[in-house]
Amino acid sequence: MEEESNQKLDVALKCCHNPISGIWWFFAIAACVKLLLIPSYHSTDFEVHRHWLAITNSLPLSQWYLDETSPWTLDYPPFFAYFERFLSIFAKLVDPQIVDLQKGLNYNSNTVIYFQRITVIVSDLCLLYGVFRLTKNLDSKRRKSIWVLVIWSPMLMIVDHLHFQYNGFLLGILLISLSYLEEGNDLMGGFVFAVLLCFKHLFAVAAPVYFVYLLRHYCWGGILRGFRRLSAMGTVVVAVFVAAFGPFVYYGQIQQVISRMFPFGRGLCHAYWAPNFWVLYIILDKGLAFFFRKLGFNIQTPAASFTGGLVGDSSPFAVLPRIVPLTTFLMVLLALCPCLVQVWRNPQPRKITRWVAYAYMCGFLFGWHVHEKASLHFVIPLAIVAVQSMDDAKHYFMLSIVCCYSLFPLLYEGQEYPIKVLLLLLHSILMWLGFSALFQSGRAVKTSSLKRKELKTSSSSSAQGEEGFSIGLIEKCYLTGIIIVEIWGQFVHPLVLGDKFPFIPLMLISIYSTIGVVYSWIWQLKWIVRSVGS
Amino acid sequence: MMIEVEDGITDGVERKESREENLRQSKNVESNTAPKRQNFLTASPWLRSGKTTTTAANDEHGDEAVKINVPAQFVAESEQYHNPRDSNPISSENEGSDVILMESELRYASDLDISSRKRKIQICCFSMSPIAQKELRRKTKKFVEEEVEDDGWWWIVNNGIWASFLCFAVFGLLVRLAVSVHPYSGAANPPKYGDFEAQRHWMEITLNLPIKDWYTNSTSNDLSYWGLDYPPLTAYQSYFHGLFLRFFHPDSVSLFTSRGHESYLGKLLMRWTVLSSDALVFFPSVLYFVFVYHTGRKSSRKTEIAWHIAMVLLNPCLILIDHGHFQYNCISLGLTVGAVAAILSNSDLIACFLFSLALNHKQMSAYFAPAFFSHLLGKCLKRSNPLLEVLKLGFVVVGTFSLIWWPYIHSMEAFLQVLSRLAPFERGLYEDYVANFWCTTSVIIKWKRLFTTPTLKLLSFGATISTCLPSMIQQIWAPSKRGFLYGLLNSAFSFYLFSFQVHEKSILLPLLPASLLAIEEPFLYNWITLNALFSMFPLLVRDKLVIPYIALLGLFSLLYYASPNQIRGTKETKTLESSLKALFLVCALIFHIVYLTLPAPNRYPYLFEALVMLLCFSQFVSLAFYTNAQQWMLLKHSVLVDKEKKLL
Repeated sequence: MEEESNQKLDVALKCCHNPISGIWWFFAIAACVKLLLIPSYHSTDFEVHRHWLAITNSLPLSQWYLDETSPWTLDYPPFFAYFERFLSIFAKLVDPQIVDLQKGLNYNSNTVIYFQRITVIVSDLCLLYGVFRLTKNLDSKRRKSIWVLVIWSPMLMIVDHLHFQYNGFLLGILLISLSYLEEGNDLMGGFVFAVLLCFKHLFAVAAPVYFVYLLRHYCWGGILRGFRRLSAMGTVVVAVFVAAFGPFVYYGQIQQVISRMFPFGRGLCHAYWAPNFWVLYIILDKGLAFFFRKLGFNIQTPAASFTGGLVGDSSPFAVLPRIVPLTTFLMVLLALCPCLVQVWRNPQPRKITRWVAYAYMCGFLFGWHVHEKASLHFVIPLAIVAVQSMDDAKHYFMLSIVCCYSLFPLLYEGQEYPIKVLLLLLHSILMWLGFSALFQSGRAVKTSSLKRKELKTSSSSSAQGEEGFSIGLIEKCYLTGIIIVEIWGQFVHPLVLGDKFPFIPLMLISIYSTIGVVYSWIWQLKWIVRSVGS
Repeated sequence: MMIEVEDGITDGVERKESREENLRQSKNVESNTAPKRQNFLTASPWLRSGKTTTTAANDEHGDEAVKINVPAQFVAESEQYHNPRDSNPISSENEGSDVILMESELRYASDLDISSRKRKIQICCFSMSPIAQKELRRKTKKFVEEEVEDDGWWWIVNNGIWASFLCFAVFGLLVRLAVSVHPYSGAANPPKYGDFEAQRHWMEITLNLPIKDWYTNSTSNDLSYWGLDYPPLTAYQSYFHGLFLRFFHPDSVSLFTSRGHESYLGKLLMRWTVLSSDALVFFPSVLYFVFVYHTGRKSSRKTEIAWHIAMVLLNPCLILIDHGHFQYNCISLGLTVGAVAAILSNSDLIACFLFSLALNHKQMSAYFAPAFFSHLLGKCLKRSNPLLEVLKLGFVVVGTFSLIWWPYIHSMEAFLQVLSRLAPFERGLYEDYVANFWCTTSVIIKWKRLFTTPTLKLLSFGATISTCLPSMIQQIWAPSKRGFLYGLLNSAFSFYLFSFQVHEKSILLPLLPASLLAIEEPFLYNWITLNALFSMFPLLVRDKLVIPYIALLGLFSLLYYASPNQIRGTKETKTLESSLKALFLVCALIFHIVYLTLPAPNRYPYLFEALVMLLCFSQFVSLAFYTNAQQWMLLKHSVLVDKEKKLL
């Protein structure tokens, strides 16, 4: 009797489903906001991608990586070039001038803006699919929380839909790969990851984790079976790389392609410092130089500066040793080691997302010429981890706010200023609402009826409950600090110092965000190391 | 003890079977318990004037119901247990037992009622052991929890109404900001530009000229170039915004030289003045209204309140006109919402003050005047000392007006000068292709040719008053809060349809009370919003706001269809109606594509505009009929309730 009735209850609940329970609803809401943002500011990346459309459309394959019509040469791997080639078919239909190599330079008409913006919005379908795959086995609450965190991510909004890039699309591929791994379908996971690497090579930071994981989880166990599986995986990956790079090997241009993809001449830090370890290193160097000068040592001021962006041959450091790409590479590997040991010992599908996110975090913190946008690579996958426990949620809350804040300098014009602030604010509110609803289940009904009573009688209800989601005192102080840094940079600094030291606000943002990211990284590291025993 | 859970299901056989059963049963329940239940529920002033019972609304959907037996565990504990599948669950011994429920229990029951779409849970408990009661609570709680979770709104409303208001307010601001990056009316379109230039020009005038000269034609104030033609409060607001602009960008408001000023910073600052007005006037008013309105309603769930907030704050028409086209409707409409909220909370003096401010910001707020007047008059007449009450209200109104008009009431001449600026009769009976009576019928009857302007004035005045008279009479006779909201809608409709000199933008005024009624009339609100948006389409195409038009329409529809289950339950319509609706939507869609892609035929250059006008006019007239009827139906309800009261 009871079972029967429960069954009916289930059926009934499924029947009265609300549009809000579908992932499409979340995507459509985001798409509407993205549509509205079409005419807003876009960076030079917009012209970069437009130029790539022109290159891939009007030149033969053999010329793609040789062309130097504009400084924005093609520097992504071949799959992305193919992707641009695909888009250029439609671009040509919309407006032939978009794909014109000469006439299209710095083309800025409405057609090109609408076309390119809409391609980003549509390519986000890949992200939608990735998130959907990754969350389809979770319960409804967790699923929706992840959707909110990923599909409505303010960072993606800022980087993709204002600044202009295709990160949503690429992260979607990463999520698809992770979802296959979580399901236990390692071959597909490896295949999709190989595809991703041929779209954007910066994702290769997680390759060690993938390698060790696939080796242990897929290829281990018995010599014959292991060998068979290893060769299967090898074939798949090699096939993907051949499909991508094969034509260029055929034309004998592989050297050229590789040199385009890895421009090491660019220097340790980007023009605007991404909030990573090297920011602390530079600050330490400056501090030490200042200190030694005070002590009477003769310290030469380095010829190259960091704020200029491109760094030449001379060392930019006054006291500390110079950093070369190899150093950063070794640092990343070193930081990855605990994680790799962990993966080797006990390769579990349900932890892979966290490990991959951790790998990207290491790459972000210690990598060479890291862009602030690279923080997306770990913030988005960590959203999947965030709903697993209260501690994860707390750290995600802080980390995503900090990383989003560190993207603020990307949009420096007045028109976008309130937009980025409100995006971050809305994201924080949604996270707070979502997490507090998620981590106080069982109490929901009680409080709701209580609140209603309050509403009726006193018409004032205290929104903050004692139980449930709350962050620690240190985090609270740190997040309040962000507001102070922002107010200083935007309002107080111009009033007090005028045009002097214009780099200080940006530097402050970098340094301050670094603290948060490093704090979060240490916590993740601790978590990964601690789980050795369990 | 008997617990009955009816739930929505779409399975064929089971559905049909249970439908009859359910109908029979619900009739039984109604006939047995309705009078007593009403006795209890009439304690609420809201229910007295309108909705009789919540279960009555639910029974309409009995056709899709199936029953589920939850409490198998309770059988042992309870002394009596009725299987709801029995043909007549209400036996003589437990007749009307649900009325004996304690108040808290009943609230709980109503909670469940509202929570589900086509689900009715009746808890009839008598002679129940405390353990069983506890168990029952635990079970139902779990049930509600699952339901709320399924609802999709749980996480937005979980932290209370303040938190969800904050959430929607921030989202609303974000959407407004995103719309404001698009072009404004008359951008780069000399010599007259558009409303943006008008507002900027007013700032220039008020900032640089003495207050006496704002409304008079002079060498430094050419009234033919966007002369100030709104009441003094708008002028003061322009002055303050002008100060703001002058601080950051003096060139944009300097006298003479700033005519047709267009710059990145200028646009940004102007946009921010609208945004700040919205955040400072409209948003707090909506919060005030939502609190008052839902305190008055017994059956409001948090999800409903959250949805209502979203509906009012994310009204696409208001956002497009204020932040796209460029106007300050948010101020006058916000003040009106504040006044409505004040009336709902019985602070009539505050209401008078706020509404006078609204009138003094935009004379168009007079669209609501009949409703305010009749409701307040009706209320005063019901009190012991009507004359004193009326005098008190009159004093507040006159005081507010004289305060705002202070610089102009020293001489009759100055006063009349300002007044003449406010009533631009020389602009004709109608402008462009507005979906009102005069413009639509002018296809057949050439009003402008047949009559002189003074006659037309009288005609339109007479038509307006006579059409809003029924709603006024209803309110004077039996003032009620629900009736007042309908009255606002009706009087705004009659003004929009029949008054002199109406713009297409004036549809914002009927739209406002419709949005306030969104919980009770979700379908009405949806329909009027879609039509209002459609009627403004030609204007928005001229302003190059097609992308925001599409995006906001999408956003509105997504939020509307994500409404909590209960509201969706009530807004379902018959097949005929929904197919008509679908037909209309398809026509509108085709029309949009045709409008954007094909040029109008040479013989009829305004053919498309006329078509929009005809379509929208037909919808507005039928909606106006419907809302008038609804308002009068309230009277019938209240009479019924009164009769019952006497009987009991």
